[in-house]
Amino acid sequence: MKQDMEKETEQNVQQKNSKVIKKLMLIVFGMFGFGFALVPLYDVFCDITGLNGKTNDVAAVYSAGDIDTSRTITVQFITRTAKGIPWQFNPVINEVKVHPGEMKFVKFYAKNESDRDIVGQAVPSVSPGLAAAYFQKIECFCFTQQPLQANEEIEMGLQFYVDLELPEEITTLTLSYTLYDITGKVDS
Amino acid sequence: MTTDVLNDHDSHEGEHHDDHKMTGIKRWLYTTNHKDIGSMYLWFSFIMFLIGGALAMVIRAELFQPGLQIVEPDFFNQLTTVHGLIMVFGAIMPAFVGFANWMLPMMIGAPDMALPRLNNWSFWILPFAFAILIGSFFMESGAPNFGWTFYAPLSTTYSNGSTAFFVFAVHIMGISSIMGAINIVVTIMNMRAPGMTYMKMPLFVWTFFITAYLLIAVMPILAGVVTMLLTDTYFGTSFFDAAGGGDPVLFQHIFWFFGHPEVYIMILPAFGIVSTIIPAFSRKKLFGYSSMVYATASIAFLSFIVWAHHMFTTGMPLFGELFFMYCTMLIAVPTGVKVFNWMATMWRGSMTFETPMLFSIAFVILFTIGGFSGLMLALTPVDFQYHDTYFVVAHFHYVLVTGSLFSIFAGAYYWLPKWTGYMYNETLGKVHFWCSLISVNLLFFPMHFLGLAGMPRRIPDYALQFADFNKWVSIGGFAFGLSQLIFLVVVIKCIRGGEKAPAKPWEGAEGLEWTVASPAPYHTFTTPPKID
Repeated sequence: MKQDMEKETEQNVQQKNSKVIKKLMLIVFGMFGFGFALVPLYDVFCDITGLNGKTNDVAAVYSAGDIDTSRTITVQFITRTAKGIPWQFNPVINEVKVHPGEMKFVKFYAKNESDRDIVGQAVPSVSPGLAAAYFQKIECFCFTQQPLQANEEIEMGLQFYVDLELPEEITTLTLSYTLYDITGKVDS
Repeated sequence: MTTDVLNDHDSHEGEHHDDHKMTGIKRWLYTTNHKDIGSMYLWFSFIMFLIGGALAMVIRAELFQPGLQIVEPDFFNQLTTVHGLIMVFGAIMPAFVGFANWMLPMMIGAPDMALPRLNNWSFWILPFAFAILIGSFFMESGAPNFGWTFYAPLSTTYSNGSTAFFVFAVHIMGISSIMGAINIVVTIMNMRAPGMTYMKMPLFVWTFFITAYLLIAVMPILAGVVTMLLTDTYFGTSFFDAAGGGDPVLFQHIFWFFGHPEVYIMILPAFGIVSTIIPAFSRKKLFGYSSMVYATASIAFLSFIVWAHHMFTTGMPLFGELFFMYCTMLIAVPTGVKVFNWMATMWRGSMTFETPMLFSIAFVILFTIGGFSGLMLALTPVDFQYHDTYFVVAHFHYVLVTGSLFSIFAGAYYWLPKWTGYMYNETLGKVHFWCSLISVNLLFFPMHFLGLAGMPRRIPDYALQFADFNKWVSIGGFAFGLSQLIFLVVVIKCIRGGEKAPAKPWEGAEGLEWTVASPAPYHTFTTPPKID
């Protein structure tokens, strides 16, 4: 009799245990998933806030309209090459003055200084980060990959405008391009 | 009640248990006994502490003088990285799990942990994790050299080839921690003796309960982030690679979303241990028990919303900086509640100063120093100066060494009589304490000044003006390292014999663990005790 009762409570405890374990395992798997969910969440968050200075990666459409001539924004261009890509890469002009709403076209120069074919990818970033959302690229070499054969050189274009809504306190933008070697990473 | 329990135990031993002790190595390999597993965790963490400490000795030897003397810069990076990983995941965390295993069932009047086989497993996978991690020192690539925080792209693009070993080691540690934490939660929820309501649990039990939840919540995040690292390094994904549309700063967000709760995982159990010891040697009840419980829970909650204070210099909008600064400073409130409660517990108590109490009092004072430097680091504008300097190193060593580690020493001295059945050598214990106290401050206090003067962390060489302080720091480091051998001697002597310990060797101690004999019998509370 006593043993039966003990058995019963033991079963009872085991049931209770497995209930708790199931719940805790749900938390474990949920948090594992949440870790990965943070990746797109971060992108969305940065998109809204401009946190990481990322600019639009699909071409913006420019419609000729108001140009705010009362404001002049200095847009500076800087470039750097990531470790291991033997390219020369620099802006043709280092900065331009632009009114909000006005379209500008600038060029960047790149040369593959090695004896092998290399595919490059330029990744843009705007500083201050908050201005990234107002810097609109209509056409940019960074939208695509740039394959350059050995010793080939190229001038690449960037067409952009600065949005009329750009916050008042921002008078200077810096657009920075980092060039990466992605030869191994692209198929064919 | 004491005698009842003892008699119960004796009369039940014969009929209840067919799992008689095995002999030799099999006893330890197959054991599901919480006391055996607790002992293994404690010994394992002590061995890891010595290994991690040995790495630190090499670091301090290199930093004894400016210039490169002993090791190459790359090997220096491996030393700092593995030192950090071993101390965090190998020494401090398993030591606390060891305490949990030994003490939780006895404190709540349970016969064992709820999931004994899982318990065996969560211990026995740990040695493999650290074999992989430490073994990578002897591989061609060398050990991980990207810092214990393994920031991308240091650990991806610029990795020395150790990333895969590192990731698998961390995965195993994580699985072990999660299993251990699940066991703790289930044990506390379902195995409490009748009448032990949540608010009657010793604070020690509460802190482990909350810590276990933190582990369950954030260890999977760590598993996720190292998995991303692995695929970024070897399988061409671009979670953290800007060339492929990823963002290296994202790594820091995810890592610190794990990392900040992690630092509370390493300090909340210390609060529990100290909250057990200070009342015992003040011969008073713990002041403000329920406020301690709520403070612990608040700290655990706040730990989830302060992660970006590690990243102030990555370039954050002003709003972000302010948010994380204020949230971080808010943590000082529940922490302050705890410190004041410990002080109020000691206030007008009839205090005596045995070794556990000495370590606990040192904990309160020195942890508070670490807390204050933490507050300074929380201030965004000044953090720009302190970031990645020795000031940060001083801060987290004050909270981890004189905080967590001192509480582990305090707890070990406090419960050694219960574990071994013998009193430890009080004189040697005090020698260990005073040697540790003096050397640890010589070791870490000047680091504050070095940091304020601009000495960066994680470098094998430094400018000449830092030479004097570094010399003292290194001398303190060697002294602190040697002092820990005294502890080893005390423990071994205590296991081998000495003055017989009574069931309750400490006059003011409270709790169910003191109602069973010393040493605690292999099986305790096979019949639950009655709680009034």
